[in-house]
Amino acid sequence: MATAFSPTKLTATVPLHGSQENRLLLPIRLASPSSFLGSTRSLTINSSRRLNHAANAARRSPIVGVQEIVKEKKATNSLLITKEEGLELYEDMILGRSFEDMCAQMYYRGKMFGFVHLYNGQEAVSTGFIKLLTKTDSVVSTYRDHVHALSKGVSARAVMSELFGKVTGCCRGQGGSMHMFSKEHNMLGGFAFIGEGIPVATGAAFTSKYKREVLKQNCEDVTVAFFGDGTCNNGQFYECLNMAALYKLPIIFVVENNLWAIGMSHLRSTSDPEIWKKGPAFGMPGVHVDGMDVLKVRQVAKEAVTRARRGEGPTLVECETYRFRGHSLADPDELRDAAEKAKYAARDPITALKKYLVENKLANEGELKSIEKKIDELVEEAVEFADASPQPGRSQLLENVFADPKGFGIGPDGRYRCEDPKFTEGTAQV
Amino acid sequence: MTVRDALNSAIDEEMSADPKVFVMGEEVGQYQGAYKITKGLLEKYGPERVYDTPITEAGFTGIGVGAAYAGLKPVVEFMTFNFSMQAIDHIINSAAKSNYMSAGQINVPIVFRGPNGAAAGVGAQHSQCYAAWYASVPGLKVLAPYSAEDARGLLKAAIRDPDPVVFLENELLYGESFPISEEALDSSFCLPIGKAKIEREGKDVTITTFSKMVGFALKAAEKLAEEGISAEVINLRSIRPLDRATINASVRKTSRLVTVEEGFPQHGVCAEICASVVEESFSYLDAPVERIAGADVPMPYAANLERLALPQ
Repeated sequence: MATAFSPTKLTATVPLHGSQENRLLLPIRLASPSSFLGSTRSLTINSSRRLNHAANAARRSPIVGVQEIVKEKKATNSLLITKEEGLELYEDMILGRSFEDMCAQMYYRGKMFGFVHLYNGQEAVSTGFIKLLTKTDSVVSTYRDHVHALSKGVSARAVMSELFGKVTGCCRGQGGSMHMFSKEHNMLGGFAFIGEGIPVATGAAFTSKYKREVLKQNCEDVTVAFFGDGTCNNGQFYECLNMAALYKLPIIFVVENNLWAIGMSHLRSTSDPEIWKKGPAFGMPGVHVDGMDVLKVRQVAKEAVTRARRGEGPTLVECETYRFRGHSLADPDELRDAAEKAKYAARDPITALKKYLVENKLANEGELKSIEKKIDELVEEAVEFADASPQPGRSQLLENVFADPKGFGIGPDGRYRCEDPKFTEGTAQV
Repeated sequence: MTVRDALNSAIDEEMSADPKVFVMGEEVGQYQGAYKITKGLLEKYGPERVYDTPITEAGFTGIGVGAAYAGLKPVVEFMTFNFSMQAIDHIINSAAKSNYMSAGQINVPIVFRGPNGAAAGVGAQHSQCYAAWYASVPGLKVLAPYSAEDARGLLKAAIRDPDPVVFLENELLYGESFPISEEALDSSFCLPIGKAKIEREGKDVTITTFSKMVGFALKAAEKLAEEGISAEVINLRSIRPLDRATINASVRKTSRLVTVEEGFPQHGVCAEICASVVEESFSYLDAPVERIAGADVPMPYAANLERLALPQ
């Protein structure tokens, strides 16, 4: 007998994928909250089951594109990546790690200032997703955005200079650590308020769809929004899950669940800590994946990105990950248990990928060492470049407030202020 | 032409001129607009360009900003600007500041529009004037039209502008009809942002105001004329950037200033005008500047109290 909550009633109102996920995932219940906390065994099993579900759901889709993916899977050998891909992933993660380590050093030497939030330990998520994107796809992030910018293609020099507050930075020193923007690489920021980036990302995805439907352009761009576990209690997150599913936007919501929001444990602040479950509630698939394993993240990312490009709508991906350092460089990081940190340090994504590459004979130690050396030099060079760059000139203070600087109004002489040649020198009255 | 029709025609013309312009807000489509400003647009342009959103101000404002980042030109309607407080983070942090934070790489050609200020008997939470709040933020342009011509010209300018614009309308003005010139009916008619209009020339006292109070000021000027006082009425049109040049030139001519607004008195638009005049035209003033603003209370409901809480 169908009641209000029976699956049959759900199927009627929720799209095919969503309902499949709902019914298949219902019997899976994690034993207790503590098993959720990074217990590798139970979660690896669950995540692989969920991958199968995502794949199953995809196979049952009537859309032709899916069959290509299935065929592709059968055609390749049992390895998940080729040598080139492996080395690319390795290099990107080493770049992220070395860069952030250098940031810490520079901060303690006084060259970097303000708020700096480092990404150590979470590299698999950034590399796993962003290396699948094209240049025209967009990425929106939070204040922990250095590595997202680097993975998306912004040069290490530009990011380092920006952090030093120099004019050669990607935002000419006007943004800072938390506001990395790059129009060229479609890195749409860098937002300090948590949850602020999610609607902006949804808007960028909206534009993709608008370009296809209204402007009749050939646009397959997707947007990936990165945010943390703390954000998942914020209203804007739910508002966007609703609208993204409603309008079927090409967006992937990636939760970097590192279990801590500054000093607030995810379990203390969330009524139901399993974030992936919130996806099906809004009519999109919710997937949980081990965020310390770049290959698993990449598999899930492939599915989600292809889904979005095909026009099937959003996906919510929860990546279980961990940050090895404190929330920011000012955080003494006293609340986190040493045993927990050790457990995750043992699952370092870079060590894991290295092991995979060497064991599967995709690369040897020598090649990996030379990549590490190359990146070290790159990061050192970036620091030298940033050091040598000049600070912004005084006239830059008033620049770029408006795209149309007539917005500064009319000066006492009756002409627009911006037309006064002395305006940006800071000598004209503002 | 009524202000409502003026706004409607402005949005209509801009949408047909540029396919990147789209409208988003609560009840803008099938309901034809909560105040009927967007009437007929859904039928004309279809649901891909006129979006009825769920009641998620923060969400849809953010989506509008994101779409503007990516190159579209959204016109986001707030049912009243009171509701914009739920989305103010996006208006200020992701729209106003972005061009600066990205050093010019990402500009945000978005318009936030809707009725602002007191209506009739709608209570404290629906009656606040936000001109002062938004006008204090660098990176935003804030406009407040009065007549139908203002409405058309300024809205068209706002939609074409590459920066975020906060467009403060007034619910009670929507139904008012104003004479409109041929020039204003032309589809390329645009008013410059940042220039105030001298509605009535005078030589004894300057009255500066915006939105609905312009009507009051003009009536007051009529009454003053009977007493032999010639008042110059300035319709600010643009709150940010404020046309300080015109205001100061006028004060230097008349030597006296009265500023009027409907909003709360402390830190209001009038306060800014006073400061500007005192800084730049001090020696020309014959008397201290007089500020007339709404009462320093949340808007009461009772009709007689509401009348007392606003300039009469």
